[in-house]
Amino acid sequence: MGAERKAGLRSAGEPVSAGAAMKAVFLRDLKIAFRQRQDMLNPLLFFIMVVTLFPLGVSPEVSFLQQAGSGILWVAALLSVLLSLDHLFRHDFDDGTLEQLVLQPQPLFLLVLAKTSAHWVFTGLPLVLLAPLLGVMVHLDGNSIAVLCLTLLIGTPVLSFIGAIGAALTLGLRSAGVLLSLLIIPLYIPVLIFGTGTVAAAAEGAPVGGYLALMGAFLVLAATLAPFAAAAALRISLSNS
Amino acid sequence: MWQIFHKLGSPKWFFGIADRWMPWLLWSGLLLLFSGLIWGLAFAPEDYLQGNSYRIIFIHVPSAFLAQSVYIMMAAAAVVTLVWRIKLADVFVKAVAPVGAVLTFLALFTGAVWGKPTWGTWWIWDARLTSMLILLFLYFGVMALAAAIADEKSSARAVAVLVLVGVVNIPIIKYSVEWWNTLHQPATFKLTEKPSMPLEMWVPLLLSVLGLYLLFGWFACLRMQTEILIRERRTRWVKERVQAEGS
Repeated sequence: MGAERKAGLRSAGEPVSAGAAMKAVFLRDLKIAFRQRQDMLNPLLFFIMVVTLFPLGVSPEVSFLQQAGSGILWVAALLSVLLSLDHLFRHDFDDGTLEQLVLQPQPLFLLVLAKTSAHWVFTGLPLVLLAPLLGVMVHLDGNSIAVLCLTLLIGTPVLSFIGAIGAALTLGLRSAGVLLSLLIIPLYIPVLIFGTGTVAAAAEGAPVGGYLALMGAFLVLAATLAPFAAAAALRISLSNS
Repeated sequence: MWQIFHKLGSPKWFFGIADRWMPWLLWSGLLLLFSGLIWGLAFAPEDYLQGNSYRIIFIHVPSAFLAQSVYIMMAAAAVVTLVWRIKLADVFVKAVAPVGAVLTFLALFTGAVWGKPTWGTWWIWDARLTSMLILLFLYFGVMALAAAIADEKSSARAVAVLVLVGVVNIPIIKYSVEWWNTLHQPATFKLTEKPSMPLEMWVPLLLSVLGLYLLFGWFACLRMQTEILIRERRTRWVKERVQAEGS
């Protein structure tokens, strides 16, 4: 762990610019994620399994799956992002790295932005890459699958950013997992609505540009505001422990 | 200005002020609410379309109104908590969050009861219903987080952050839900539009809204006093007060 910590944080010497610090945090998180591949794989497996439950539990009819498929994939993606959020700060919190991050001279929200982006790269992005396969399994047509992947590509980082606030707030609490879901799911609803709404519009042949633009607006809003809230929450959680 | 602020922050001072306000809030609130309700339920004219079933509006609208404004009040208090670290603001947030949840539930419940005779169903995934349901979830989240953190100071600030994040999201949720709803189901049902209401219905409605606000003020004071007594139980003035009242 010591070597990994050093990879992210230079100890002394010349001041580090905010950009360099963000890059260091980003690369460090990716490196740790790739060294613990199973942690990365678990939310993906969960995603596949949840999607499998619907044809088995509700109906394997092609007409039903075509209609509900995009919603099923979106809900499953949302849940697996939710499950993976616990990892976002937990390990760094346990081994004290997080306190070092808070003590850095660079603004904390930028470091949180870098951490959350890294988190998306190894949880959200694989979901997006896996979505076409599952889309074929629930009988979505080619156009719908393309739009679905696009919405997931824009939407899953929003989920990660909003989730970072919840993860920071519940850090170090007992039964943080359930609490995190309770706090975050209501905030996820708009993303879900627009994500599935875009695919539904595409299936009806309506233009989807407006929807995608709105989802892009969510992404900009979440990426700019959520790190501030998450950074504030991190400070609170650290002062608590 | 600053002196007032510091005074406002002192739980002891608030406790005394609340003692003086509470009878006024309680009796004027009860008076307004009951006159509004009796007028509305017994004397206001029948609706030409919905008959007597519309009368649930006199409970439904005040609770829905207040359910939303309680959250906004909580958000204002959350700003105060984060910026000035005034304890009393946190006492307010924690005291009224369950009240807000109950009001939201009441609004949803009376809405369902009203929906059965007019829409023919207890529940539809209509924009307003859904966004109220999400508001209820937000209240539950605030209550759950407040219960989960033992330390008073960090619980105050964490809850304040959550309330503020929620308030940023409320308009987004509201519009997303409205848009989603109009996408999937064209507007078949609409609540009776408010401006089109005759004066004999509108005035009792206004009275009951105001009455419920005042009663909420009373109840908030009561709950805040309880919370203050629990938090300050080790201080001298609380001990003296309890002894004086207990004997």
